Amino acid sequence: MTKYVIIGGSAGGIGAVEAIREVDPAGELVVISDEKVPQYSRPMISEYVSREATLDTMKYRADQFWKDNNVQALTGHVATKIDFAKKMVELDGKQTISYDKLLIATGGKPFVPRMEGSDKSGVFTFTELSSAEGIEAKVEQSKSAVVIGGGLIGVSAAEALVKRGIKVTLVELKDKILNLILDETASDIAEKVLTDDGVTVITGQSVQKILGKQDKPDTVGGVVMTDGTQISCDLVVVAIGVIPRTDLVKDSAVKVNRGIVVDRHMQTSVADVYACGDVAEAHDFLINGNRLLPLWPLAHLGGRVAGYNMAGKQTEYEGGTVMSSLKYFDLPVITVGTVNPQNISDYEVLVEYKPEKTVYKKILLKDGKIEGFIFLGDLEKAGIFFRLLKNSVDVTEIKDMLLSEDFGIVALPEQLRQEMFVVN
Amino acid sequence: MPTFVEEKTMKRVTVKQEACIGCGLCQVYCTIEHSKTKDPIKAYLQEQPKPVSRVRVETSKPNSISIRCQQCKDTPCVNACLTGAMTLDKETGLVTHDPEKCIGCWTCVMVCPYGAVKPDSTGKIIAKCDLCPDREVPACVENCPNEALVCEEVDE
Ligand SMILES: Cc1cc2nc3c(=O)[nH]c(=O)nc-3n(C[C@H](O)[C@H](O)[C@H](O)COP(=O)(O)OP(=O)(O)OC[C@H]3O[C@@H](n4cnc5c(N)ncnc54)[C@H](O)[C@@H]3O)c2cc1C
Ligand code: SF4
Ligand code: SF4
Repeated sequence: MTKYVIIGGSAGGIGAVEAIREVDPAGELVVISDEKVPQYSRPMISEYVSREATLDTMKYRADQFWKDNNVQALTGHVATKIDFAKKMVELDGKQTISYDKLLIATGGKPFVPRMEGSDKSGVFTFTELSSAEGIEAKVEQSKSAVVIGGGLIGVSAAEALVKRGIKVTLVELKDKILNLILDETASDIAEKVLTDDGVTVITGQSVQKILGKQDKPDTVGGVVMTDGTQISCDLVVVAIGVIPRTDLVKDSAVKVNRGIVVDRHMQTSVADVYACGDVAEAHDFLINGNRLLPLWPLAHLGGRVAGYNMAGKQTEYEGGTVMSSLKYFDLPVITVGTVNPQNISDYEVLVEYKPEKTVYKKILLKDGKIEGFIFLGDLEKAGIFFRLLKNSVDVTEIKDMLLSEDFGIVALPEQLRQEMFVVN
Repeated sequence: MPTFVEEKTMKRVTVKQEACIGCGLCQVYCTIEHSKTKDPIKAYLQEQPKPVSRVRVETSKPNSISIRCQQCKDTPCVNACLTGAMTLDKETGLVTHDPEKCIGCWTCVMVCPYGAVKPDSTGKIIAKCDLCPDREVPACVENCPNEALVCEEVDE
């Protein structure tokens, strides 16, 4: 009987549990998680802070999930070391657990830059339920907050705090918010929507120092910006990004680039050791190489593929790419692939912009293929484009139709329609 | 591409492309079926939030086609869902959406190859074909004047 050990019980770990159980209902299965309730939807911590969700409604899987899948869930425990030669995981620095197949699904940890005052009470990160609980407990006594980082996580934190009625300043070091996933036009639209909802957006600057309150120097009272201006606030949320939690494989034979490098079976450079999700550098179908892609759907899918392979069912990971959907501030956006290329002249760009309806669509083509697109305001057919991009379909023939109202599956050339869309 | 679901029998609505004349009645009947009142006038003119069709008729002369969720075997939307709102019902093999759990993050919209999931009229959650759970035969199939739609049990 195979013994499986999974470190991390979130998107990736859960995907692996489900896949392993499809193939092997009997094998011993242990999940180690330092979070007590790991099966919540991490992106929903923003709903938790805005009080639109409770711990109960944000569960990604039911409480009996572990039991139903015959998993020994060691929640509230930390995996402290891995001995790859002996195939052992050390738990809480004490006992050891042996494995035949191991999955590292430890995710990412929030990146906090060196900044004076970052240890003050009232400074939070925004990646775990525990930080959301900490923020939620302080919101009531707070009048204003500064969110550092204008990416997806920062925007989600800003929305949650605005919904709780406090004054929010969002600080982004680059010139544009959401600059990794939006182009200038889309970013400007997003910035306007945030501003209209009461968020003060400051770009091109960062926070250099966090100040204490006059009477309570250990509690957040404000921040100093790089240009020296001061903003008073009661909360600081550092939401710059996540870095892979690779500590467990440090100085081991497991190959790490920026994340743990895995092959198309999600296996690391060490046999019987797999990795997925935010900690891993896995296949990207657009660049046809490995890349860090810290996204929920990819963590889950990678976990599933790892699980199948661990249980002996050979399965190849189809990969992912930069792919985000946003709903914050009621601005629906789907953005996939390359949207801000360095050599824009290598691309053919199709654009439709209807400011009065807040609809913006942009498609980037290279060698007749879709390499990236942004759909803002009107999302319905985005999935068709995603499929065309993923399958690297040559769209030269139908290029002029792509942005037309009538575009759809019906507009695809007959052969393509048969190949891709007609019922399998 | 990996196949994630074991073989099973399930229901699915397919379209005979040559028979679809693009009249749009499937959209109308879908909208009414998914309204609160199930009354055509009220559904279209009064109900708030407005009921939406989970079917889309696409026309590009001379072709037209009626599109809805195809119950994909590899369930891209289920794998991608951020909250667990989209699930594969192991009993029926159907991809089922739970509006209570949905937060309208649009991740499923991004990955559905048919463009068969869309934001509903509230803009807070998605709407997709549920094969009309209260009916023997889905409303669109029953009301297609040209019998272009077929609800079949497929042996996967
Ligand atoms: C606020 C926010 C919003 C987001 N929004 C989106 C979105 O809209 N769309 C999207 O695609 N993605 C979104 N993401 C990203 C998404 O949440 C991650 O990509 C996803 O959670 C990664 O899953 P994972 O299983 O790899 O790791 P994680 O979810 O990070 O889980 C790893 C788990 O392992 C545990 N762990 C780590 N090390 C150990 C150890 N040594 N011992 C025991 N346990 C350990 C951790 O505590 C954690 O529970 C968002 C993230 C945040 C924070
Ligand atoms: S909603 Fe789309 S992706 Fe999901 S099963 Fe239906 S057709 Fe497939
Ligand atoms: S919109 Fe709803 S069903 Fe779709 S992925 Fe998000 S939570 Fe899941």
